[in-house]
Amino acid sequence: MLKTFRIGGIHPPENKLSAGKAIQSLALPKQVIIPLSQHIGAPAVAVVKKGDEVKVGSLIGQANGFVSANIHSSVSGKVNKIDNVLDASGYRRPAVFIDVEGDEWEEAIDRQEGFVKAFDLTSKEIIQKITDAGIVGLGGATFPTQVKLTPPPGNTAEILIINAAECEPYLTADHSLMMEKGNEIMTGISLLMKAVHVKKAVIGIENNKKDAIAHLQHLQSNYHGIEVMPLKVQYPQGGEKQLIDAVLRRQVKSGALPISVGAVVQNVGTAFAVYEAVVKNKPLFERIVTVTGKEVANPGNFKVRIGTSIQALIDAAGGLPEHTGKIIGGGPMMGKALASPEVPVTKGSSGVLLITEEEAKRKPVMPCIRCTKCVNVCPMGLNPTLLMTSTEFTNWDLAEKNHIADCIECGSCSYTCPSNRPLLDQIRLGKGKVMGIMRSRKA
Amino acid sequence: MIVIAIISLGLMGAIGAVFLYAASKKFEVYEDPRIAQVQEALPGANCGACGFPGCAGFATACVGADTMDGLFCPVGGADVMSQVSTILGKEVDMAEPMVAVVRCNGTCAARPRQNQYDGTRSCAIASALYGGETGCSFGCHGFGDCVTVCDFDAIHINPETMLPEVDEEKCTSCGACVKACPKSIIELRKKGPKSRRIFVSCVNKDKGAPARKACGNACIGCGKCVKECAFEAITLENNLAYIDYTKCRLCRKCVPVCPTGAIHELNFPPRKEKAPEIEGTPVVEKTI
Repeated sequence: MLKTFRIGGIHPPENKLSAGKAIQSLALPKQVIIPLSQHIGAPAVAVVKKGDEVKVGSLIGQANGFVSANIHSSVSGKVNKIDNVLDASGYRRPAVFIDVEGDEWEEAIDRQEGFVKAFDLTSKEIIQKITDAGIVGLGGATFPTQVKLTPPPGNTAEILIINAAECEPYLTADHSLMMEKGNEIMTGISLLMKAVHVKKAVIGIENNKKDAIAHLQHLQSNYHGIEVMPLKVQYPQGGEKQLIDAVLRRQVKSGALPISVGAVVQNVGTAFAVYEAVVKNKPLFERIVTVTGKEVANPGNFKVRIGTSIQALIDAAGGLPEHTGKIIGGGPMMGKALASPEVPVTKGSSGVLLITEEEAKRKPVMPCIRCTKCVNVCPMGLNPTLLMTSTEFTNWDLAEKNHIADCIECGSCSYTCPSNRPLLDQIRLGKGKVMGIMRSRKA
Repeated sequence: MIVIAIISLGLMGAIGAVFLYAASKKFEVYEDPRIAQVQEALPGANCGACGFPGCAGFATACVGADTMDGLFCPVGGADVMSQVSTILGKEVDMAEPMVAVVRCNGTCAARPRQNQYDGTRSCAIASALYGGETGCSFGCHGFGDCVTVCDFDAIHINPETMLPEVDEEKCTSCGACVKACPKSIIELRKKGPKSRRIFVSCVNKDKGAPARKACGNACIGCGKCVKECAFEAITLENNLAYIDYTKCRLCRKCVPVCPTGAIHELNFPPRKEKAPEIEGTPVVEKTI
């Protein structure tokens, strides 16, 4: 029996069209637009100005506070302007526009292709390098990594869990990375283990990536304390709390952090970024993005510089199909439709999914028939239909009492509802309101 | 038999009556009769605009308060408050009548759509997701959250412009729409003499070029109105002009100088001498 989380869950069609495709590097664009807020927390502060020359890896945005992250240039060239740009959130946010000239890297970055395993650094030094490199959680939540590696006083980590579930249908970016950069990932994991002082790490991988499991299991004997754990294919296996439950059989209390049960969870892409940052001195300025969709001519996994437009990625995958209904940033379950294909790739972009008009069509909303399907699939054990109605009737007390703030926005409830009710739309709104109320009460 | 039944039931009734009378005297809660009187005078809409839970709550607060500072029923306005003042014999601070004003004139014609939203028809949900269907992320979504919350049928979406329009006759300035609008477009402003008002009908804080590109009627922050105003009523902040209604003297000089027609004047008589022909002279709209 494969391990999995114990409450709820669904199994949407996997549609991993680009599985097994090699990572292709995308050509350098003419201009990149690098938003200053690509992470959860305070936006970075621009440290360059119009006309400045930058190299690949130059710091252009300084982290502003503890929960924030540095931003680096992904190209070499001249800063054209610092202006507001429409980002994936659909709002105008400050960004640095850089005109590309050549491809000159900062000297400190080791550009040798070869794999280096040796390292001799203390935990502090590793965390400092991660902070300097501006690494954030690459699974999509983009939480600054150094914050997660610095547990609040009184908590100690027992185990590092590497999230390689990639439970979102269609997405294969992590899969391709595991196939091609296995050793680098394992080294990154060893570094992360050292950073949080743990002896044990588990890589949780959904069982639909058998080749990746075999590949990493083959490597694990060379690395002390790392175990590869195949997991049942069940969405949302890659949810932080779900993964902890699957691997450790421990549940994180409502409102608590994973560290309260002794776990630190990092994405597999983050582990690779940590390897590059610590061993190669390479800041986070490029990432793997899956471009996929049923009508896409050439779905694949692309290594792309941060700040390249989504349009360039679509072009690389064979252009926009004729009957595209929506361009989704991320996967089909948690991704968000983009307002324009001109938005830049950010640290959190894991995929670009092009769905047809037919697939994008919303079905008519019908009344709730009290079937409790949403209750059964909710991986957090919540009552989505109650949370939706309490939001509709602005009954924030009721919503809070029923733990609306614990919703992880996985969308399982909306997916399963036979009446096509927009459960998550309403719950997300209510969650925002209730969390605002809770914050103001604390303050 | 019947007699016994009548006597015994009558006796039980009498004992019960005595007990109930005693209990009602012992546990009597004194309620100021003026509360009921005040409540009678109030509109009874229970809209909560006064800040209290319904009209009963407001009436209790009025009776209990030493002064009427901060107590005002915006729905009933001066009429109702003077009645309350007579009942309670307390001085009432007569607030100026206010009215809800929609500060967006990004009509469908002026603000081209760039994408299509197919989610739940709710402004709150849409704006939590993204900036909106047009290039202006500050403007009205047009899904009518303000219409839904209005208890007085005073605000409606104009199907042609897809913007809400306030019915001045019905608007009680309760502020429900102001709270409901996730874009903070609606503002309560002084109704003004003969309902005459001047305001900047835009909340776009983008710089001139992107603002103009997204919407032909946007305030581009050029500052012409600020220079024109002799009373320092207009301020320019974050590329957006704002007219302070407490300082505005309704001279209307700012209206024709606005290059995009973002400044609206309401309920004024037509201008006597022809205003100088400036491209894009704003159209005087009757109700917005």
